Amino acid sequence: MKTFAYTIKDEVGIHARPAGLLAKKAKEFESVITLEKGGKTAAATKLMAIMSMGVKCGDTVNVTVEGADEEKAAAEMEAFFNENL
Amino acid sequence: MKKFQGKGVYGAVAVGKISLLKKADAEVKRVRVVDTDNEKTRFEQAKTLAIKQLGEIYDKALKEVGEANAAIFEIHQMMLDDEDYNDSINNIIDSQSVNAEYAVAITADNFADMFAAMDDAYMNARAADVRDISNRLINILSGNVSIETGSDEKVIICASDLAPSETVALDKDKVLAFVTAHGSSNSHTAILARNMNIPAIIGVGDEFLNEIKDGDEAIVDGYTGEIFVEPDEETRAKLLEKQRADEEKKQLLQELKGKENVTLDGRKINVYANIGSVGDIGKVLANDAGGIGLFRSEFLYLENSDYPTEEQQFNAYKKVLESMAGKKVIIRTLDIGADKKCDYFNLKPEENPALGYRAIRICLTRPEVFKTQLRALYRASVFGNLGIMFPMITSVSELEKILSICGEVKSELKSQGVEFSDKIELGIMIETPAAAIISDKLAPMVDFFSVGTNDLTQYTLACDRQNPDIEQFVDTHHEAVLRLIEMSAENAHKHGAWIGICGELGADTSLTETFLRMGIDELSVSPTFVLKVRDAVRSIDLSKS
Repeated sequence: MKTFAYTIKDEVGIHARPAGLLAKKAKEFESVITLEKGGKTAAATKLMAIMSMGVKCGDTVNVTVEGADEEKAAAEMEAFFNENL
Repeated sequence: MKKFQGKGVYGAVAVGKISLLKKADAEVKRVRVVDTDNEKTRFEQAKTLAIKQLGEIYDKALKEVGEANAAIFEIHQMMLDDEDYNDSINNIIDSQSVNAEYAVAITADNFADMFAAMDDAYMNARAADVRDISNRLINILSGNVSIETGSDEKVIICASDLAPSETVALDKDKVLAFVTAHGSSNSHTAILARNMNIPAIIGVGDEFLNEIKDGDEAIVDGYTGEIFVEPDEETRAKLLEKQRADEEKKQLLQELKGKENVTLDGRKINVYANIGSVGDIGKVLANDAGGIGLFRSEFLYLENSDYPTEEQQFNAYKKVLESMAGKKVIIRTLDIGADKKCDYFNLKPEENPALGYRAIRICLTRPEVFKTQLRALYRASVFGNLGIMFPMITSVSELEKILSICGEVKSELKSQGVEFSDKIELGIMIETPAAAIISDKLAPMVDFFSVGTNDLTQYTLACDRQNPDIEQFVDTHHEAVLRLIEMSAENAHKHGAWIGICGELGADTSLTETFLRMGIDELSVSPTFVLKVRDAVRSIDLSKS
């Protein structure tokens, strides 16, 4: 299992569009990717669930990656956060 | 005529027939089914079609309103594919043995409620997205055509609310305006309407929909948020004129914004605006005027119940100069008398006020009033690019007196250590035949002339401006007036002064070429005519005779 934490820099937080991109990205991997913030969790592949977490700018999100390709998935997801959020 | 009020989200005026949007809605019946697998297949097929439709809408939006505004339809496709949303629908079909339509409707309610309950205005608005995609599914499932204006002519679309996909799906060539009973100005519909340049009004209220019907004639004013249904002739005429002026202006502004006013053969002409109060500056800037060619300072006096103080005047002039940010501002000194009267001046009634005690004649006989204004002007001059203009000049000796008073004011300020600009231009109005005829003597004494065509015409033709009975004798293109202007232009240029026109004739584009051939350097017109005149200037070729 791999984990990393990321603090959102995008002014509007995880709004619809980046949530969509995030879900799309997460579907590329076999591993189960989970987001957690303030006790709420959501599978990274689920657009509406991610949106319903209401992640705002400045919030820290904990990301857990578990599965066969977790090394690669964790690295790429972290790169995705850095680039888009 | 019925009038309704909402909130305008895009300014423009549209006139046409109402088309009440009948959404194939919303009443979904709960039907018990035995073959739940069949319902799930129906849902899958509907979803595939919905995603395909949204793909088409995305492509259309991409072309019409740009990538940033089209992105929402990509999100809609992903929402339709969302695992939780799909699980919920399939689960309801299975567990309750119900039809797909019902399962979608219940799921839509649950997800929309979830977004609506969030502590975030942006996410609250996503409830509308969930309903939008769900309605699409339900419409496909129940075989409804989602939107049909049922008309070949352009119409004003009126609806309870419009989902973004509905806004874009409408054939733009058939839509004159959007009016909705609900909606927020942050909704995608409002944003899309702005991008499509279609007048849009939201939040008119439910009663509006009850009081209109298909085919009603209506006028939509997106500037004020007003809708007039079955308008009376007066309202109709007024708004048609507003629409015409608005369209002309938008088109001209589009073409001319930031461009120089040069004739086809390369001569630069200044097109300035005439204003009567500080409040008009907005109009000057909105019409992209190059400066202010006539600022009537009378308003300072007419608004007051006593002589305005130096400080009051200084603040007003400073504000105009600062607002115009270095562009030319020509302020005309007090032009009271004749038709403009102020009680505290105690002017006696006159037989013939146009030929009477007015303007510079008051200033020269009451120098304390004049000096107060000049001090305020000179003090304000450091805040911009000021010109001062004196009205109703008829002789060299008047101008000598004026210049000597200006000299006194300057040396007073200097001795008091008060700053003023050394680049102030001084000029006179050419509005009496006398001034035009001796313009060769006046020109060496000033930096510029500005022709007041209204008074020049009145005095030259001996036609009272205030008397409607003699209107037929007032020929504004009279050769005598034009010759006086031409004479003044020649004399101005001979002595290194420039010449402009600030009367109504300056906006008469049938004379623009005539004026430019005379050598007129500047045209100052009411703000609403600035673009029209600039357009005229740019189409003239002075090299061809």
